[in-house]
Amino acid sequence: MSQMMEIRWHARGGQGAKTASLLLAAAAAMEGKYSQGFPDYGPERMGAPMRGFTRISEEPIRVHCAIYSPQIVIVLDDTLVSAVDITAGTDEDAIIIVNTVKTPAEIRAEIGKPGRTIHTVNATGIAIDEIGRPIPNAPMLGALIKIKPLLGLETVNNQIKKKFSHGFRPEVLEGNIRAIQRAFEEVVSE
Amino acid sequence: MARRLILSGNDAAAEAMRQIDPDVVAAFPITPQTELMHKFAEFVADGDVKAEFVLVESEHSAMSATVGASAAGARAMTATSANGLALMWEIVYIAASMRLPIVMPVINRALSGPINIHCDHSDTMGCRDSSWIQLYSESAQEAYDNVLQAIKIAEHPDVLLPVMVTFDGFIISHTAEVLEVLEDDEARKWAGEYTAKYSLLNTDDPVTFGPLDLQDYYFEHKRQQVEAMKNARGVIREVGAAYGKLSGRSYDLIESYRLEDADTALVALGSTAGTTKVVIDELREAGRKVGLLKLRAFRPFPGEEIKAALAGVKTVGVLDRAVSFGAPGGPLEKEIKAALYGGEQTVGNFVYGLGGRDMSMGDIKSVFDELDAISAGKQSVDEPRFVGVRG
Repeated sequence: MSQMMEIRWHARGGQGAKTASLLLAAAAAMEGKYSQGFPDYGPERMGAPMRGFTRISEEPIRVHCAIYSPQIVIVLDDTLVSAVDITAGTDEDAIIIVNTVKTPAEIRAEIGKPGRTIHTVNATGIAIDEIGRPIPNAPMLGALIKIKPLLGLETVNNQIKKKFSHGFRPEVLEGNIRAIQRAFEEVVSE
Repeated sequence: MARRLILSGNDAAAEAMRQIDPDVVAAFPITPQTELMHKFAEFVADGDVKAEFVLVESEHSAMSATVGASAAGARAMTATSANGLALMWEIVYIAASMRLPIVMPVINRALSGPINIHCDHSDTMGCRDSSWIQLYSESAQEAYDNVLQAIKIAEHPDVLLPVMVTFDGFIISHTAEVLEVLEDDEARKWAGEYTAKYSLLNTDDPVTFGPLDLQDYYFEHKRQQVEAMKNARGVIREVGAAYGKLSGRSYDLIESYRLEDADTALVALGSTAGTTKVVIDELREAGRKVGLLKLRAFRPFPGEEIKAALAGVKTVGVLDRAVSFGAPGGPLEKEIKAALYGGEQTVGNFVYGLGGRDMSMGDIKSVFDELDAISAGKQSVDEPRFVGVRG
């Protein structure tokens, strides 16, 4: 059986981690893969720490519990690196991608653990430039695809187009596509 | 040709309702059911369905409006969760006793208090004696498939009982996952036109629904409900087989997973059944003879089928996502024990997941480990165990 990929998203309420976890799952389904996307449903408030989860597999997914040992962790707010245990359940092969202006070395110093590869991208800055709002979820998808090509970038873009085809101005869609491309190019690894 | 989609459990059930396009849908929102009716309301607003959508002021009214519509000869549906189901309570029993083939998705949620919006089965287990058929769903796929089958089961002339299609709140209702849905024309052909046997609106053949029924006939009417529930067992299997021909996915009262040579087995309902299958595959690779019995139908209770499926098993663990306070075991365990009465099996009871407490793969493995300790005579089965609870 091929390995199932499990991804955990850390964010603050309002940064779009729920949308990103579902959008990635939907994009995987567009490629004929099996997937799940779900957030934690706690008492979320704007700004409170929350988590989203995505599973992607070549086989039908039967498991219906939380994700405890993700291979990939995506952090949409760098203040969470020291506020919550973003490495919980990860092994030394895990990939950690953080939205921050800091370098991977600075993030590693904050995490204080060996192993795991750390990658950073200024997704909020990119979102402000390209979309006009500090919503870092879409660019983080671009960074993810660069670091771990789970899906084609084109597939993610097509899913974004589908999501933004109703009720959004074309500039919003175009801004998101540009933001994804920029994060894909600008993500920095150790 | 089936279509492959990614939908939440709520959207999957709403998709089945769109394809059925019932005559009347009455609803009041309650988490985690809200998104289902939100989606269906969109279908109404967009003109995708012709259903009369009745927005009511409570669940008591939602069920009352559904009963009224069904008695008038309409194909009528509603949906709810937990406290919403509790508020419907009075009319839930009336719907069944009036033999109205209503279909209601119930998105399982813990009953208050303390207030909690997450999954357990206390809501539907509480109305296990209401004479509603109960079909539990493991996934969004099964939620969709069960809603489509439920109308055929409920409306069957030998049954004429309402059906609850249950699926786990948030775990299924709010998780987006991949499923296959029928093409609209296939689904509509499957659903067909509903013609009620009796209708309040048919003035050529006037009938009375819900009159006073005292010592003279009340007992006979209850006895008929018992018979209808018995008939439902065969009808659920027939409908499940016919649906299999249409969709490629057959359904039965129960599902056996790797039970053929199992020494130890779990019995589960709902989403935990899927997680348990994955754990079983891992334990099998390590050489342990473990299996699963998944109940799809809890009402009618398929006792004979359960007895046959577990005949070769030595130790059985029953997973209950509800407590029966003051009773010797959980609601599922008591009935499994009754079904196995006279058999050689040792039965242990494991209460888990109350209020949405996650049932991880590790938790399920630990249950299998406890069952091994029970088999070896190192632990007793006198009391239910509580999975992952503190203190």
